[in-house]
Amino acid sequence: MAEKKTNRRDFLFTATYAVGAVGVGATVWPMIDQMNPDASVKALASTEVDVSSVSPGKTITVLWRGKPVFIRRRTNEEIAEAKAVKMEDLKHPEKDEDRAKNPEWLVMLGVCTHLGCVPLDQKGDYNGWFCPCHGSHYDTSGRIRKGPAPTNMEIPKYEFVDANTIKIG
Amino acid sequence: MSDHEYTPKSKVGKWFNDRLPLLTLANHLTEYPTPKNLNYWWTFGGILTFCLITQIVTGLVLAMHYIAHADMAFDSVEHIMRDVNYGWLIRYIHANGASMFFLAVYIHIFRSLFYGSYKAPREIIWIIGIIIYLLMMAAAFMGYVLPWGQMSFWGATVITNLFSAIPLIGEGIVTWLWGGYSVDNPTLTRFFTLHYLIPFLILGLVVLHIWALHVPGNNNPVGIDIKKPSKDTVPFHPYIVIKDGFALLMFMIVFAFFVFYTPNILGHADNYIEANPLVTPAHIVPEWYLLPFYAILRSVPDKLLGVVAMLSAILILAALPWLDTSKIRSAVFRPLYRQFYWILVADVLILGYVGAMPAEGLYLLIARIATAYYFLHFLVILPVLGFKEKTLPIPLSITEPILGGSPNLAAAKKKES
Repeated sequence: MAEKKTNRRDFLFTATYAVGAVGVGATVWPMIDQMNPDASVKALASTEVDVSSVSPGKTITVLWRGKPVFIRRRTNEEIAEAKAVKMEDLKHPEKDEDRAKNPEWLVMLGVCTHLGCVPLDQKGDYNGWFCPCHGSHYDTSGRIRKGPAPTNMEIPKYEFVDANTIKIG
Repeated sequence: MSDHEYTPKSKVGKWFNDRLPLLTLANHLTEYPTPKNLNYWWTFGGILTFCLITQIVTGLVLAMHYIAHADMAFDSVEHIMRDVNYGWLIRYIHANGASMFFLAVYIHIFRSLFYGSYKAPREIIWIIGIIIYLLMMAAAFMGYVLPWGQMSFWGATVITNLFSAIPLIGEGIVTWLWGGYSVDNPTLTRFFTLHYLIPFLILGLVVLHIWALHVPGNNNPVGIDIKKPSKDTVPFHPYIVIKDGFALLMFMIVFAFFVFYTPNILGHADNYIEANPLVTPAHIVPEWYLLPFYAILRSVPDKLLGVVAMLSAILILAALPWLDTSKIRSAVFRPLYRQFYWILVADVLILGYVGAMPAEGLYLLIARIATAYYFLHFLVILPVLGFKEKTLPIPLSITEPILGGSPNLAAAKKKES
């Protein structure tokens, strides 16, 4: 009899704790999730850029989702240099063809993958980009070659809407 | 405690105290027995309390004029500087007050390291102190973001990106911290909220810090346990109050020098340029008080390991009561530890210096050696030293060394006459 009573009490405790845990979780989650990007931030997801005025050897920087995007019209030497690199020399092996579908245009996030600074154009040991914050060197394909950054600069989703317009995002 | 039997003299006081024993607390704080040999390194607890109150009061006033919005924050700070009555003074006190706060906390921490104040039975005081120190760094970092200048923006970008080093969930955490895909208005508003909150958390922890201190009582330069109250103690008021007050005055002279003569020397000129997400300043450095840890971060060539090393450098302090195996508290009686202590001080200063320099060539080499030594000190030297070191004999009481080698007061008096 006494044992049966204890079991019933145990069940009630366990059920109360379980419901309580679900309740706390359901209350806490909105408090955490409110900090994630809101609807108005997400709405700014894509941007169209006119690149007709960019001549070979020039880079334009546009703002997309609050981050700079480098659009570089590469010279033939730069393309040749990027293609000539051996995969085993790369910290984060990616072929140049995979990074620039149209080899003349390199479109990438201008954000150093180390701690998020904006690298400087046409600087560093590999004729590409150099991050002044902690000394990462990138090549003409935006691939990490030297320094603390772990990966190549990111290629965002983009497409050529027509010959002169790139849609990012 | 010795003062639990306190009864107020007046009838009203007794009536009140029976219902809420605030007067008992006040009596405890004034009568609190304090070692009579405390030197000026012990005055920084009071100075830090002053710093915290100063930051809270000036911060409240600044919040009445500041606008936490990415489009208006920079201008509102200039508005405070140019238009608000005495706004320049209040902002300069707040900005330099952060530096003064860290100056005092570093002296306070190194005082504990020298005199072994973190050792049993004071581990909890020490750990609460480390938590306060971490919160101070968080508050200082977020406060530096609020003026929304170039250093604010890029400092925020670099520091929040530290979390992206966490495998798998790192990027998600960074987006969550930002409330977007880069540091932007949602980041600014939440940083303002947290910057406002943290000082009050620190205030609560300071109460716990002092409460935990009042259980065993103060450590002292000799580092021995003392009976309290006894011939080795003096009441907190007026003895320590006056000494703390005098030290605070000296400290305020230094504080006022910065505020009135070189209010911007500890800041960066780049922060008077409004935040621009397209251009990173050529040379990003954190505020001086974070430089040693920044040097450790940069000295490791791997992103994740660099972040791990930097965090470990701070958190290792929390384990100090168990890493230091020596039973003797004060470095006065530890001839070898005393030398390693000063090498550590030099090591941290060197890390601070190279943290402000570009991470290349000789600077990088020095940073790596200094980083390695920092961890060597805590993980190897301290644990081994406790077993190997031949310590000097410690006195039986605070009075003994002063009265010529005898704990017996009568014998000492005889010698004098």
